[in-house]
Amino acid sequence: MNSIHSMDSLTIGGHAFDSRLLIGTGKYPADDMIPTIIAASGSRIITVALRRVDFEATTDNVMQHIPDDMQLLPNTSGARNAQEAVRIARLARATGCGNWVKIEVIPDSKYLLPDGHETVRATEILVKEGFVVLPYINADPIVARQLEAAGAAAVMPLAAPIGTNRGLTTREMLQIIIDEIKVPVVVDAGLGKPSQACEAMEMGADACLVNTAIASAADPVAMAGAFAAAIRAGRDAWCAGPGAIRTSAAASSPLTGFLYEQE
Amino acid sequence: MDIQLNGQPTPVATGITIGDLIRKKGLDPATIVVEHNMAIIKAADLDQITLKEKDTLEILRFVGGG
Repeated sequence: MNSIHSMDSLTIGGHAFDSRLLIGTGKYPADDMIPTIIAASGSRIITVALRRVDFEATTDNVMQHIPDDMQLLPNTSGARNAQEAVRIARLARATGCGNWVKIEVIPDSKYLLPDGHETVRATEILVKEGFVVLPYINADPIVARQLEAAGAAAVMPLAAPIGTNRGLTTREMLQIIIDEIKVPVVVDAGLGKPSQACEAMEMGADACLVNTAIASAADPVAMAGAFAAAIRAGRDAWCAGPGAIRTSAAASSPLTGFLYEQE
Repeated sequence: MDIQLNGQPTPVATGITIGDLIRKKGLDPATIVVEHNMAIIKAADLDQITLKEKDTLEILRFVGGG
């Protein structure tokens, strides 16, 4: 139980993974720290984005920092509707990186909230084309159910808006999704501290995706390790089955044999 | 002649192939994906397609993201 990897594996799209922490590749102080972050996190699944090549900039190729044995999860960030998400997903697959895709359809630039209807439409199309689809959604149990019916391999409800580090602001709805949805639930976006990821796992989430909280930490490598430990602890606690919550006290020590006279 | 390259009007030599243009830009074809007039182009076909006036070309690559 003390190794970096969980004992029970996470299965998505027919593949088993020995880590329940998914990580991103955005916003690190330097991309060349990504291999160290991967090692510290124990993560097996990593997100990337697809963008136009900037011919003026001598940009680094992020792929050179990602080991071949990682499951790549390209996102469709930048898509504002289903059609754009499908286009990006097809382009991502054409790179030869596999058939996984994280659907992001975001028409709102202030809160970066996803469009559930368009996300369902994109998922329906891409599942039929053989993609392993992991949609990013608001913590909406109805949208989650529609995505499950559409063949999503997992659902990824947000804890709080992307990049906010605010934690489990959607706790009540997340719990309903966790309780009702049979495909893996990956809590994505807004987790700021390991304790929040731990709580999501204690609630029964199958995994967490963390980018900003690791990338924006003073020591991203140490924070990656802290998230890994928290997610492992939370998963172990959920598997162990927390005891009942009570309103009145229940003594932990015997209520007999006290060192005073009974009246 | 001008093509629309990554959203920008860009002059290119008449008769240039997509493969030529990619090499001219110093890009490794293994690190990019190309869309020509909304159709995804396989790496093996990059040298077979000659660009025409007003063609739309998108050259994309993976970057860091969450």
